[in-house]
Amino acid sequence: MKTKIQVSDLKVHYGNIQALNGISFDVYENEILGIIGPAQSGKTTLLKVINRTLEFAQGTTVEGSVQLDGVDIYSIRDVHGLRRRIGMVLPLPVGLPLSIYDNVAFAPRTAGMRKKAELDEIVERCLQQAALWDEVKDRLDSLGTKLSGGQQQRLTIARALSHQPEILCLDEFSIAVDPITTMRIEDVLKTLKDEMTILLVTNLVQQAKRLANRTAFMLNGDLIEIDDTDVIFSDNPASQSTFDYITGNFG
Amino acid sequence: MNSNTNISPETMFTETDIGRRNRFVENIFKAFFFLMTCLMILPLLLIIGYLFYKALPVLSLDFLFTNPKDNMRAGGVWAPFLGTIYLVVVSLLVAAPIGVFAAVYLSEYARDNWFTRIVNLAVVNLAGVPSIVHALFGVGAFVLFARLGESILAASLTLAIMTLPVIIASTTEALKAVPMSFREACWNMGATRWQTIRRIVLPNSISGILTGVILQVSRAAGETAPIMFTGAVFFKPIVEGNPFAYNITEQCMALSLHLYTISTQVPDVIEGIPYGTAIVLVGSVLLVNAAAIVLRIYLRTRKKW
Repeated sequence: MKTKIQVSDLKVHYGNIQALNGISFDVYENEILGIIGPAQSGKTTLLKVINRTLEFAQGTTVEGSVQLDGVDIYSIRDVHGLRRRIGMVLPLPVGLPLSIYDNVAFAPRTAGMRKKAELDEIVERCLQQAALWDEVKDRLDSLGTKLSGGQQQRLTIARALSHQPEILCLDEFSIAVDPITTMRIEDVLKTLKDEMTILLVTNLVQQAKRLANRTAFMLNGDLIEIDDTDVIFSDNPASQSTFDYITGNFG
Repeated sequence: MNSNTNISPETMFTETDIGRRNRFVENIFKAFFFLMTCLMILPLLLIIGYLFYKALPVLSLDFLFTNPKDNMRAGGVWAPFLGTIYLVVVSLLVAAPIGVFAAVYLSEYARDNWFTRIVNLAVVNLAGVPSIVHALFGVGAFVLFARLGESILAASLTLAIMTLPVIIASTTEALKAVPMSFREACWNMGATRWQTIRRIVLPNSISGILTGVILQVSRAAGETAPIMFTGAVFFKPIVEGNPFAYNITEQCMALSLHLYTISTQVPDVIEGIPYGTAIVLVGSVLLVNAAAIVLRIYLRTRKKW
């Protein structure tokens, strides 16, 4: 298996507070890596390091390295190009104050695409993949902000796919989505992994169990263990705290 | 299992003592706040009504379009009226772009470091500087140092310096009203800061920005001190009815200074003329403010979240 992302000894500080205590792991190409762990364990910080949006927060320092296809992401000068290689879905749905069409066409347009036919094709494909097309195909001109919460979250996913990323990071995407839609999106993710690498941060351990090829368990800024999902969810993962967290006996 | 088992459908909707008291207090406060609102409006209505009543004998279109005559004891306000328009327009043409773009830098690009902290401190303090101090600065910087002489340009630049900090502050507020999550969503898709500003931030804050700028019209039009040493004169007749009668390198009359002059410096002025001048000044400011409100309502109906 080819290594897509290589994280080595990654440390992140917010001011005096250490959010990641030097973690190392690899992400393989075309796998779904589930990342589970309680609040404050550094999951979201990890994703923000990978697409370098942590730089927007003040007073953060990053040590260690993150390599994407063998290239250190902090040596990449075209940071916007880097972010286009990574699709990011945040926990709370954000419909941009634009039409549904323009929401999805936003990223291709910022990358310089102008041809109507190509944009049309991208918008339809991404909305299809995000399981939203059938609900909005007749009103692509209406505002993305007027959609329901669950629809906006699927719009967010469509946007994340619109710049054809190599890596898709999902940060608890299902918080605002009903269970049936969650299942539909999960089915989409299973097919998407043929095209891209997926990092799935989730609070629903069962979601990781359903989807992930491998699962990482994080706790208080440490990577406790990372292994095949079958092993993590077996009766004897390497760490007792992993077992406690998954079985709900935590603390 | 439930300690309140005595709650039956009948007792549930009868009013309790605490409910009655809450309702009483609620009404008292509502009436109190309403009274305060009325008190606030009363002086405004009285002032405008009184001005109108006193100005009625002189008010006509001719009053607006004729120059002051007979040592300002007769005639209209054309020269000062046009002078005020010149001063306001030129000062806003300078202050609005600089203020808005500076605010965009400060709130969208700048990191929180010593430089931006000093700039923000300067903005807050400049907004509190008395206008007579701005006048002295204008004399030193524009009239003498920049050798603009006493002119519309020097006076307008002085007004611009005075309105700049408020424009920066109001624009910053308007930009902050756009949720941070919109920006983050754009950045996550690889949009640059400029692409984010142009496509998302500015279209959704333009109503607030314009309102803040237009409200500065009334300040620029009303101030006397900053212009009286830098470009406004007591008397200077111009071609009546020609909106391009002034040259910005020359001096001009202004409504605020004209009102001051005819009320205090010229004896035996017909009573209606100062009131008429005040009506023209207040009226044109209110007109601009009303336009700002209409514009804001129009732009708000197009707000997208």
